[in-house]
Amino acid sequence: MILQCNDLVKKYINKTAVNGINFDAEKGKIYALLGPNGSGKTTLMKIIAGLVKPTSGTLTYKGNPIGVESKKRVAYMSTEPFFYNFMSVEDVGKYYKDFFEDFDVKRYEELIERMELGMKDKTKTLSSGLAAKLKIAATLARKAELYMLDEPLNGIDIIAREKIINTILESAREDSSMLISSHLVDELEKIIDNAVFIKNGSVVLYGDAEELRASHGKSIVELYKEIYA
Amino acid sequence: MEFDNNIPIYLQVIHDIKKDMVNGVLAMGEKLPSGRELAFKYKINPNTANRIYKEMEAEEICFTKRGRGTYVTEDKEKMKNVREEMAGSLLANFFEGMRQLGFTKEEVIQLLENKYDANNKQ
Repeated sequence: MILQCNDLVKKYINKTAVNGINFDAEKGKIYALLGPNGSGKTTLMKIIAGLVKPTSGTLTYKGNPIGVESKKRVAYMSTEPFFYNFMSVEDVGKYYKDFFEDFDVKRYEELIERMELGMKDKTKTLSSGLAAKLKIAATLARKAELYMLDEPLNGIDIIAREKIINTILESAREDSSMLISSHLVDELEKIIDNAVFIKNGSVVLYGDAEELRASHGKSIVELYKEIYA
Repeated sequence: MEFDNNIPIYLQVIHDIKKDMVNGVLAMGEKLPSGRELAFKYKINPNTANRIYKEMEAEEICFTKRGRGTYVTEDKEKMKNVREEMAGSLLANFFEGMRQLGFTKEEVIQLLENKYDANNKQ
C-alpha cells in the first residue's frame, strides 16, 4: 500500500465535505474516483496532497504522515489553473523544475509539442482547453510515485481526449499509482484498475473494475448511473 | 477499437488479437507488442494488457521468450483450432438467430448463396 486513508473526515462550518472515507491505494494501479459534483472527490484529493487538513481520521503515505516527503513524490493537478498570468509555457516548465526535483524537462517539451502548445505562448492567452492541456503536461512531466488528476478531461475536446488518455497511460508505470477523478466515466472505463464511488463524502462502492463488472453484470458507466440517478 | 461495456475488456482484446492471427495480419511466430504497447494501442489499463498475454499463454496461442517478449504460437494445429473456434461461435449465433426466426435449412442455404453472389458482384 502506498496510500492509506482511515476514517477521513473534513468538516467545514456548514458542510461535511468528506464523511469517513476509508481508501487504500496500491503501487502500479490506476484508480478512478467517481461521483457527481460536490461529492467530496476534490476535498479528498486535497487532503492527500496535503493542502487541506482533515478534521479527523488518519492518512499515511508509505507509512508516514503527509508532509514534505510525500509532497515530493505526489503530483497533484487541481481543477483550477495554477499558473500566473505573466508566465509563458516555457516559464511554467522552469517554475515546475524549481519546485519539483522529479520534473523531467525533456518529457515536458515532448508533451508540450504533443498537446500542440508553443513554448512562447503566454498562459493568459490560452483557451480553456489549452490551459487544461498545459496543466496535464506540467503534472505528467514529473516522475512522481502518485499522480492525482482532478478532472483531467474537463474542457478537452473529444479528439484530444485520446491523446490525454494515452499520456496518462504512459505515466502509469509499474512503480507509480494514479488517482483520477472524473464525471466522464465512459472515458475512464477501459483504463482503470479500481473504481471508487463517492456519494455525500462517503465511499458507497469500491472494487476492482473487472470484478465489479462481473459481479454486478454491469459496466462501470451503468453502475455510475444506477448509484447517482 | 470500440468496446462493448458488457463484456470484460480483456476478452474483447483477446478476440481482436485472435482475429488478426487468423486472418494473417499477425504471422505465426511474430513478435507481439509489449504489455505497455498493447495498453497504448487499445487504450486499456496496463495491468489488463498483461493479463491478456497471461490468458493467451494459458490457451497456448502465444508464448513468452524470457526477456525478449511475447510471440504468436508457431503451432499450426493450434492456429487451425482458433480459426475453427471463432467461426464456430459466429455460426452458433447465426444459427440460433435464424432458428428463432423460423428459417429452414434450405432457406438459410439459399440466403447464404444469394448473399455471397451479391457480395461478389460488388
